[in-house]
Amino acid sequence: MDMKVSKKKLGLKEKYQHMTRGLGWETTYQSMDEVFPYAKYEGIKIHDWDKWEDPFRLTMDSYWKYQAEKERKFYAIIDAHAQNNGHLSVTDARYINAVKLFLNGISPLEYMAHRGFAHAGRQFPGVGPRVACLMQSLDEIRHAQTQIHSLSNYNKYYNGFHEYRHMLERVWYLSVPRSFFDDAITAGPFEFMVAIGFSFEYVLTNLLFVPFVSGAAYNGDMGTMTFGFSAQSDEARHMTLGLEVIKFILEQDPDNLPIVQQWIDKWTWRGYRVLTLVGMMMDYMLPKRIMSWKEAWEVYFEENGGALFKDLARYGIRPPKWLDQIEKDKDHISHQAWAVFYNYAAACNFHTWIPTDDEMDWLSQKYPNSFDKYYRPRLEFWREEAKKGNRFYNKTLPMLCQTCQIPMLFTEPGDPTQICYREVDYKDNKYHFCSDGCKEIFEHEPEKYIQSWLPVHQIYQGNCFNEGVDPTAEGFDPLAAVLDYYHLNFGRDNLDFEGSEDQKNFDAWRGMATKNT
Amino acid sequence: MSKVFIALQTNDDTRSIIQAILADNPHAIANEQPAMVKIDAEGSLVVRRSSIEELIGRDFDLQELHINLISLTGHVDETDDELTLSWNT
Ligand SMILES: [Fe+2]
Ligand SMILES: [Fe+2]
Repeated sequence: MDMKVSKKKLGLKEKYQHMTRGLGWETTYQSMDEVFPYAKYEGIKIHDWDKWEDPFRLTMDSYWKYQAEKERKFYAIIDAHAQNNGHLSVTDARYINAVKLFLNGISPLEYMAHRGFAHAGRQFPGVGPRVACLMQSLDEIRHAQTQIHSLSNYNKYYNGFHEYRHMLERVWYLSVPRSFFDDAITAGPFEFMVAIGFSFEYVLTNLLFVPFVSGAAYNGDMGTMTFGFSAQSDEARHMTLGLEVIKFILEQDPDNLPIVQQWIDKWTWRGYRVLTLVGMMMDYMLPKRIMSWKEAWEVYFEENGGALFKDLARYGIRPPKWLDQIEKDKDHISHQAWAVFYNYAAACNFHTWIPTDDEMDWLSQKYPNSFDKYYRPRLEFWREEAKKGNRFYNKTLPMLCQTCQIPMLFTEPGDPTQICYREVDYKDNKYHFCSDGCKEIFEHEPEKYIQSWLPVHQIYQGNCFNEGVDPTAEGFDPLAAVLDYYHLNFGRDNLDFEGSEDQKNFDAWRGMATKNT
Repeated sequence: MSKVFIALQTNDDTRSIIQAILADNPHAIANEQPAMVKIDAEGSLVVRRSSIEELIGRDFDLQELHINLISLTGHVDETDDELTLSWNT
């Protein structure tokens, strides 16, 4: 690129000052409290909104200029990818299942982020955060759209991409990412900013985008690499906004500290739970592996997060709660999650498989303390059973955690042979949790979490069948009825990769691309 | 001392930017990964406009960095001439 740099009349700082702060005023026809009704109820005290600092000092004119350039680059590559049958350049068709998970589970969250930042921005009385939230809101809708555009190329050829919007509100495992974001956008504007701006964007988003997108590049997927890096190029600004929010709130009033700390504890744990899906993608779904989940966690959470919380200690902030458990879990969660999806592959909109011998060797090298001891024997047993014709697809429904909505698949900290269960009695009902973290989050806001739409409960209550279906009819098949309701085609979208239509088509098309048949 | 980092896409635009950053920050280490470069540095890291301009032979606006930026950590301070990343501890 060769951009024209205009000779500036104003320096960066002055220009930012005029084009953001200079635009706001105190309302008089209605009181500021009436105009910004959500600004105080969370208990956060702000005395001077002008103390807000935006380190990048980006103004809308520069914003459009650079975003337009990013879009031009993005669409040039996406077109080339489509014109060149880019889908056939991926290492191995199993890889495509990782992008199915991305489109179904992550892209819709980009859209929710767009709504969330638009809402938070509207509610802040200060001009600085309002402008920053406006930009992030626009970034997020761009992320949703570029991801959908780029993955629509795969939808032309492969199964499981066809109804991500419909599935988001129905399919059992998709309630995990969806409820995470629904939880955030139904909080107040300050909590939303700490939840998404700080805990998710600053502390956790690198784990999602950096190793996974670099992994997409490594696996020959130019489309995903392009939307990933294009989104990520906005991320540095989002992260900086997240950090700025924390510093600003803490500097405004000492009473803000305990509120913010509780939010950091809650949202780091909530985000960490959602990232289990990403850990599984990295360790099991990328045929060419770039780094393990555990390594990514060590670089992007332990090292960076460590530096961050050391820095924030001057405000009285301590590292998030439950880190000792997280530290122990990093050897286990990706393996435990993949095992559950392998079990429930009949109810999934992507395919599963047992890793090859090479891949198992890689896993045992990356997880010397856990893989050979706990997970390899189980995978080998399942492989043997499948060979004998006994591939077992679990058709009973799992118990879900009331808070994170993940099936009870995690083990006790320190004992990977024992499933971790916690429970709470609240108003004549018993609620179940996967961990101390999820339990404590519930106990802090029980009235919020008793409303959770838990897919398993909904199925048992008969709310997940199409109109007119009679569950009492002779020979009723509940799984088939639920899959109909999901718009998931049995035998095409679900079950093992081995023998799937995706596998056959990919082999045939790749053959056509390399031979004159 | 905590580490800060900046990660950039690997492409023609960033070749000179990375070169300038490494020259201006002798303590920084470049880690090449598929399609990206992550530059780690103890304590702080500075990106200087003049050094980039010298290498690319044209005017450069530091905000152009946003186009190829992947991620960063640390407190950001940006002026017309420099972008600095640092931790206070
Ligand atoms: Fe995003
Ligand atoms: Fe949970």
